[in-house]
Amino acid sequence: MTFASFIIQLLNGLAAAASLFLVSAGLSLIFGVTRIVNFAHGSLYMLGLYGAYSLIQALGRTPLGFWSAVVLAALAVGLVGVLIEVLVLRRIYKAPELFQLLATFAVVLVIKDIALFAWGAEDLVGPRAPGLSMAVEILGRRIPAYDLLLIAIGPVVLLAMWLLLTRTRWGALVRAATQDREMVGALGVDQARLFTSVFFVGSVLAGLGGALQIPREPANLELDLAVIADAFVVTVVGGLGSIGGAFLAAILIGVAKAFCIGVGTVHWFGAEIVFSKLTLVVEFLIMAIVLVVRPFGLLGKPQAAQRLAADPAPPLAVPSWTFALVWLALLIGVPVVADRYVTILLTDIFCFALFAVSLHFIMGPAGMVSFGHAAYFGLGAYAAGLLLKRAGLPMELALVLAPLVAGAFAIVYGWFCVRLSGVYLAMLTLAFAQISWSIVFQWDSFTGGSNGVFGVWPSPWLASKTAYYYLALAFCGAGITLLWRVLFSPFGYALRAGRDSPLRAEAIGIDLRGYQWMAFVLVGALAGLAGAVYAFSKGSISPSAISIAQSTDGLIMVLLGGVETLTGPLAGAAIFTWLRDELARRTEFWRAVMGLVILAIVLLFPQGLVGGLKALMQRRREVHS
Amino acid sequence: MTAVLQVEGLHKSFGGVRAVADVSFAVDAGELLALIGPNGAGKSTCFNMLNGQLVPDGGIVRLEGRDIVGMKPRQIWRRGVGRTFQITATFASLSVRENVQMALYSHAGRLRSLLSRFGAAFAAEADGLLDQVGMLDQATRPCGVLAYGDLKRVELAMALANQPRLLLMDEPTAGMAPRERVALMELAAKLARAQKIAVLFTEHDMDVVFSQADRIIVLDRGQLIAGGTPPEVRANPNVRAVYLGGTH
Repeated sequence: MTFASFIIQLLNGLAAAASLFLVSAGLSLIFGVTRIVNFAHGSLYMLGLYGAYSLIQALGRTPLGFWSAVVLAALAVGLVGVLIEVLVLRRIYKAPELFQLLATFAVVLVIKDIALFAWGAEDLVGPRAPGLSMAVEILGRRIPAYDLLLIAIGPVVLLAMWLLLTRTRWGALVRAATQDREMVGALGVDQARLFTSVFFVGSVLAGLGGALQIPREPANLELDLAVIADAFVVTVVGGLGSIGGAFLAAILIGVAKAFCIGVGTVHWFGAEIVFSKLTLVVEFLIMAIVLVVRPFGLLGKPQAAQRLAADPAPPLAVPSWTFALVWLALLIGVPVVADRYVTILLTDIFCFALFAVSLHFIMGPAGMVSFGHAAYFGLGAYAAGLLLKRAGLPMELALVLAPLVAGAFAIVYGWFCVRLSGVYLAMLTLAFAQISWSIVFQWDSFTGGSNGVFGVWPSPWLASKTAYYYLALAFCGAGITLLWRVLFSPFGYALRAGRDSPLRAEAIGIDLRGYQWMAFVLVGALAGLAGAVYAFSKGSISPSAISIAQSTDGLIMVLLGGVETLTGPLAGAAIFTWLRDELARRTEFWRAVMGLVILAIVLLFPQGLVGGLKALMQRRREVHS
Repeated sequence: MTAVLQVEGLHKSFGGVRAVADVSFAVDAGELLALIGPNGAGKSTCFNMLNGQLVPDGGIVRLEGRDIVGMKPRQIWRRGVGRTFQITATFASLSVRENVQMALYSHAGRLRSLLSRFGAAFAAEADGLLDQVGMLDQATRPCGVLAYGDLKRVELAMALANQPRLLLMDEPTAGMAPRERVALMELAAKLARAQKIAVLFTEHDMDVVFSQADRIIVLDRGQLIAGGTPPEVRANPNVRAVYLGGTH
């Protein structure tokens, strides 16, 4: 690489880092004060991009029109953020953190469909910035003038944020609340107003980050989750709640990605490495390394202890055999009476039920929230498909080996993950899921790339939908039984003990990390089994099986049913899968309806459906007696 | 006979601030040694170097003659050290009996079983320990709903589960009502003396310290300034200066 091309890649990276910084700074700010991981932050970025597109059309392609559009779009997104805070989040600040997360997922779904309704499914390519469409010659290479402007905007916003945070009363409150939100409340500060204003500023930053990208990147509906993944990486690498850290991390990652593209294809020891396809892998590897070396990010501090800790988890009740056998008998009878559609839907539900139960195991009793559980589901599905199509194994063998492959990945990923806890752990799981996704997505020759793997059908004796229904019931049922059984074993109790008090667990000789690692591998393998059963039921696999959307689907199922009961994830998986299917057949905007349903549930039953119903029954019993 | 716990020349600095400097002492079996000192004297730092949460910059910590510096808390526990915490740490979602059973299962190395049912083994042993601390009648209640004083008793039962030779109690009565304090420490003293357990505890309540400790050592600005029986320490002018102010 020559010096000139080095400089060019550096500039490219810095230009990309600007928007990354803006959106991450907003996310970090919101998290610092409200302790909410705002999954909808990427959606706000997307709205900024769409908003700028439309406003430029309305205001005209003049420098004045362009820049007014960018600023107005950012401010409008800020108001959307205020709306989200006032209408949804303000009502659930006292709910468990995971429920707030679920609410922000719902907002993602709603915003996606609002964008679909308003702007359509086609990518929208914005205009170049009027007056800045020329290129500047640097070291004999041409760099768009707009990119140079972006490079300058990053430090300007950083400086503005710094002044805002250190020189104003509002900034002092934000810094105080980031350190100790309860104390700020106890000192008589109106928290509702503070939170709303923080949401406004954070959302404006996200909207601005999006709007500024209009000359560089088409507005599209996939941006929400793609951007949130990037922003998570940047905030976590920089340190949650640290604006300066977000700036450093954005530059680090923006530049690293630019160099990957710049390097292109390299031959090392006879192997061909296509760096330009490895941008995502590099990005998430940086994150994994930073988190293992500095568990709280480059400039982050350990999370402040919360005095108002959530209520301790209630004791788990052992599921009764009668309950299980009655359900089993009913399900065995279904194919006899029901039609083909019901059989197929239930087969799906079985797969997702095992997926949800394995996620529940790790995030509930084991206390490790995973944002990337789809990694194991998807790797299990791909392992099944590739063992069948590429290795030529019989379907039965592929089905049995696939969970082991997923488990093997969980051994590697889990080793890193159990070193962290809380939000950092959740982000790292997401990182590993994204690494898996990008490898599957980009390794065309082996995994089929974006098309996936086709012709993954079961053996002839399992080919009928009824036969496969029974196979899915048997495998998924066995997997769920195993997980529940383990929960009540000494190992399962040790996990719960470690979740309740890591300090005490260590003080009575429990090697908590080792136990958590084992749990990670166990649930990884069983999520892989769910994926493998799913793959053969569909006949094909696509990268969406490893996507963030698949991971969030799992989280929604678990949280919808309620994380505090064993049967909750089953109910959540069934209701989610059925509802999605019903809605998708009736309306193009099923996501929005789904999002609104979830929001209604979050606001009405903050303990999840099964937990909420139990509480309701309890109350009725008390009234009667 | 060698002491159960022997500390020699313990040192720890945090960024140039000497938190603990050249601290040496020993605790014998069945003896209750109180470590006292004003806030910031280095008590917690000293304690955390004994239980494995901090690694000392220098010095030796011997447990029954063997150096335990650098070991993890769980390894130290395996060598026969029980602990209670300043702020109670129990498993809130498990019952009182299950909490004690966890410690018993762990002691027996039986927590790695994935398929057997937890709770079948060690129920009688757990109840025996709970009886000793007066918590048997609440054995089935989850720890999450217990009163604070009762949690302290559960912690004591858990700390006794591995038949320790040494008990480390960090502010055992912090957060309790005055009347309960002496009662809890009396209980701990009774059990320790009967089972020949060495006890090292830190404590702010001077009634508890002077009524229960066999010996007292006093830490000020990271250094031991006095040591001896309660009457000796009470009469020591250095201790009076530290606690009551004045020149020294």
